[in-house]
Amino acid sequence: MSLFKSSEEKQDAGSLISKEERNMLENEEPFDCASLGPESDYQEINHYDFHVVYSASYKVPVLYFRAYHCDGQPLLLSEIEKGLPGLSVKLLSESKWTFITQEEHPYLNRPWYKLHPCGTCEWMKLLFSTHKSLTTNGSTIEHYLISWFSVVGQVFGLKIPLEMLNCS
Amino acid sequence: MTDAQKNVWAGAIPLQIELHEFDVTTSPPPPPVLVLAPRMGYLPLLISIIKPHFSSTLPPGEDTIWFEYKGLPLKWYIPTGVLFDLLCVEPKRPWNLTVNFRRYPKNILLPCESEDTVKWSFINSLKEAAYIITGNCKNVMNMSQTDQAELWQSVLKSNLDAFQRVSSKLKLGTFEDEFVVHIDSNTKKLQQSSGETDVAAQMKIARIPVRLYVWTVSEDFDDFEDAPPTPIDSWDKVSYINRPVEVHKEEGKYFSLRDAIESLLPEFFGERNLSDERDPSTKQSAEEGGENPFDPVSLCSQLKNAEIKFVRIQGIEPKLEIPFSWVARNLINPEHFLHTCVCLKVIQA
Repeated sequence: MSLFKSSEEKQDAGSLISKEERNMLENEEPFDCASLGPESDYQEINHYDFHVVYSASYKVPVLYFRAYHCDGQPLLLSEIEKGLPGLSVKLLSESKWTFITQEEHPYLNRPWYKLHPCGTCEWMKLLFSTHKSLTTNGSTIEHYLISWFSVVGQVFGLKIPLEMLNCS
Repeated sequence: MTDAQKNVWAGAIPLQIELHEFDVTTSPPPPPVLVLAPRMGYLPLLISIIKPHFSSTLPPGEDTIWFEYKGLPLKWYIPTGVLFDLLCVEPKRPWNLTVNFRRYPKNILLPCESEDTVKWSFINSLKEAAYIITGNCKNVMNMSQTDQAELWQSVLKSNLDAFQRVSSKLKLGTFEDEFVVHIDSNTKKLQQSSGETDVAAQMKIARIPVRLYVWTVSEDFDDFEDAPPTPIDSWDKVSYINRPVEVHKEEGKYFSLRDAIESLLPEFFGERNLSDERDPSTKQSAEEGGENPFDPVSLCSQLKNAEIKFVRIQGIEPKLEIPFSWVARNLINPEHFLHTCVCLKVIQA
């Protein structure tokens, strides 16, 4: 059962840094991230970009992401895993449904990471099996993406604001 | 095993490979090495043939192999034959490539540490193809270690017999048996459908894994030898479309290669509605649609004027009227994907 229109959907959920922190960085003098002295209380901030791209093969949305240091150097997968909530690392290593692979972004021609989609259909079915009212088409589509994101977002500690759940 | 499949598996590209000057520490520089690369293979797998030629001149340090053609780093997970069909338009033989062992462009290319990286990329593609064809990847995930190893070895050695022995267990060819194309109502069925009622078989939708590499030109050209079009010098000039072709099997309906390709490019050829694909009035009303930007029908009126200049699959330029089922059965790669290079002539409206 496909709940999507056939066109791909791409959303940039934005970087995890708040605006204030970014402004603070920009106003500072340029410095070399690799040579921080002990007197500096600067904390390293990593940037994450998230894209949601529809996979025509698996007929589900896929979460693509990339992470990089403030100087633009990409993070290694091991460094990314260090930044994930504790439960996620355990989940990623144990679950057959969630694992990270490195793959080229389908449109940007650059290496990104993605949460592999082959299990998505299965666990989405489980999620919806408790959903009694899949009423009009419109609300079903919105619920699908939100439901999907409520699961995959947890890997990164991303939470959905309550306002998004008020869709009538 | 058909003759076409045997020929496709035997296909190879003669390569003339030169070491990049930054990796040369001896004078005079080493001569290029000539290699016959299987079409179905992948460039990094040639390391065992190439590296011995250059090892005496390489600088000390760790070697990570990567290739480039006229400055364009080559994506190692695209089969060699597809890279050649896409990038060497003329096509020129031998194909002149440059090999590098340092300065891996990790911002552009996915890392490729060893043969295992290539193998896992292949298995992942096979899983994806299995999912497309059957609706799940269980058959690939449940392969025994021995079978997996044999399958990979058969790809490494371009051994079609060994490959078919193992891949037949995956049962990824069943749609080919059920999918029957009627050229006219008088011809007998070419193959019997397996165990389904006629009605059910007729309504079946087959999904065929396809990877399309599309590039566009705006001017006409007749002969590649005399006036080749501008070569592809950046991956941003190629639209990579990883989308299965959905074939609605219906009695009396003929589904050609052109139909398949156009169905994957709705932005150029309009949304396909196969039940009235032969009805010219539907297509026309779509093109004459109003200017409402939210109306999908009016989007078609903004379609660019596009024409398929040529299509290359396994080094062949098939006539577009060829039945798609034949192409899907005979010209696929071992991971069951049909890699298709398409050149479109587009005139901005």
